[in-house]
Amino acid sequence: MLTAVAQAIVNGLLIGGIYSLVSIGVTLIFGVVKIVNFAQGEFVMIGMYISFFLATRFGIDPLVSLAVSMPVLFVIGMLLQHFLIRRVLALGDMPQIFLTFALSLLLMNVALLLFTANYRTVETPYSEAAIHLGGITVAVAKLIAFVVAMVLSLVLWVFLHATDLGKAMRAAAQNRDVAMLMGINPDRVFAVAVGVSLALAGAAGSLLMPFYPAYPMVGQVFVLMAFVAVVLGTLGNVTGALIASLMMGVAESLGIQFVGADSGLIVVFAMLLLTLAVRPSGLFGGWTR
Amino acid sequence: MLTVAGVSAGYGSVPAVHDVSITVGEGEAVGLLGANGAGKSTTLRAISGLVRPTGGAITFGGTAIASMPAYRITELGIAHVPEGRQVFPELTVQENLEIGAYIPAARAERRRTLDLVFTLFPVLAERRRQLAGTMSGGEQQMLALGRGLMLKPRLLMLDEPSLGLAPVVTDIAFEKIREIHAMGTAILLVEQNAGRALALVQRAYVLESGRVVLQGSSAELANNRQVQAAYLGL
Repeated sequence: MLTAVAQAIVNGLLIGGIYSLVSIGVTLIFGVVKIVNFAQGEFVMIGMYISFFLATRFGIDPLVSLAVSMPVLFVIGMLLQHFLIRRVLALGDMPQIFLTFALSLLLMNVALLLFTANYRTVETPYSEAAIHLGGITVAVAKLIAFVVAMVLSLVLWVFLHATDLGKAMRAAAQNRDVAMLMGINPDRVFAVAVGVSLALAGAAGSLLMPFYPAYPMVGQVFVLMAFVAVVLGTLGNVTGALIASLMMGVAESLGIQFVGADSGLIVVFAMLLLTLAVRPSGLFGGWTR
Repeated sequence: MLTVAGVSAGYGSVPAVHDVSITVGEGEAVGLLGANGAGKSTTLRAISGLVRPTGGAITFGGTAIASMPAYRITELGIAHVPEGRQVFPELTVQENLEIGAYIPAARAERRRTLDLVFTLFPVLAERRRQLAGTMSGGEQQMLALGRGLMLKPRLLMLDEPSLGLAPVVTDIAFEKIREIHAMGTAILLVEQNAGRALALVQRAYVLESGRVVLQGSSAELANNRQVQAAYLGL
């Protein structure tokens, strides 16, 4: 029993690392640009297909193709901000929701058209490997994904707190007008924020590829958890999103273990409802600490 | 140095200032007086680029700035300390100051300017690691002033620095502003407290319903019956 609980917690933490990359991206865009990106999951999907094709065509390991998926999605993010999001920022909530929701549908359907609905998997030497620790099994691919996700989160934290551009991003998130008075060009900072967010989604995609199948709707699995984590972690709070993602991973995993294989989300949403009832603003304070 | 010529500006279709003309010379301290809603803040926002003028011209050091985005105007050396302080609440005191020197020219001298600001405002040095939002109103006003100074501005525009401050704290703030001016920085001061403002500036303009209705030296305005009755409570 104790082993089963420990195993469920480990599994939850490992997948929670992936959730955190997606939710940090969502919360960063929301915190800085003040827009909810419903298409974030589709950028995970694009990251997965990039790694899938690099693996099957050129034999490149998904962990190596991280070095391709992240910069490609960073550029896509800059372009997305410049050509689409920037144009709806002054228009209010509805056009913003329609834009990113439409983008989500568009990307899923284009992927369906180009790649078909087939599940695509990549076999790596470590895909089936596992470490056994006192009765607990740790899948190597998931462990790598978790470690890289935590490292990327740490790099983002350092970027936000130790670089001028990162501080400018936090300043612009807190007060856009006054940030301009400091000489900060919000268009530039917003483009970098969306670029970084999408790069994290792309990283999540590449990290998933050794142990999770790519298919056009795959982003929905992750974006749902990400949104729960973003709300629990307090909208716009990067550290909050990270911690809440790990919690959600564990909650889901415990639910699967003890409630039923299809019931992991019941526990997650029970936690969401409980939190919203008790602390509607989320578990953590405002913008990024 | 700064010339505002016949500027109109406002929000939506309602103009808040009409045909306002003011000048600030190199190293000069100039006041902008008037009641709440007279258009003082809008005039500053038009100069710093937060509000796009609908008419007139603004030049700073010979450069036309009326159609420039705010972040470009900052690079020319205009620091705008907005009404209500508006420090970045979830950045530390030191981070707020660092962001004040974000533009490349100021960034190059950031360490030295930071030392200067900490000398001028010792309280900021003591609280450098504290989140700005957790400080008192007076301390936030010092931080807003310090953040403006980090730019090494040629012109420092201050919007109601006394707003919401206890009189003794306002005394300190005005003393600091006097010191900043003595270092050679030109000041454009918006203030409802006309007595305090006239004691600090050399010249002032009086705004009423978005128009300049009076202008003159501090002494002239302080002796003007209209000003005495309306703004000095005499």
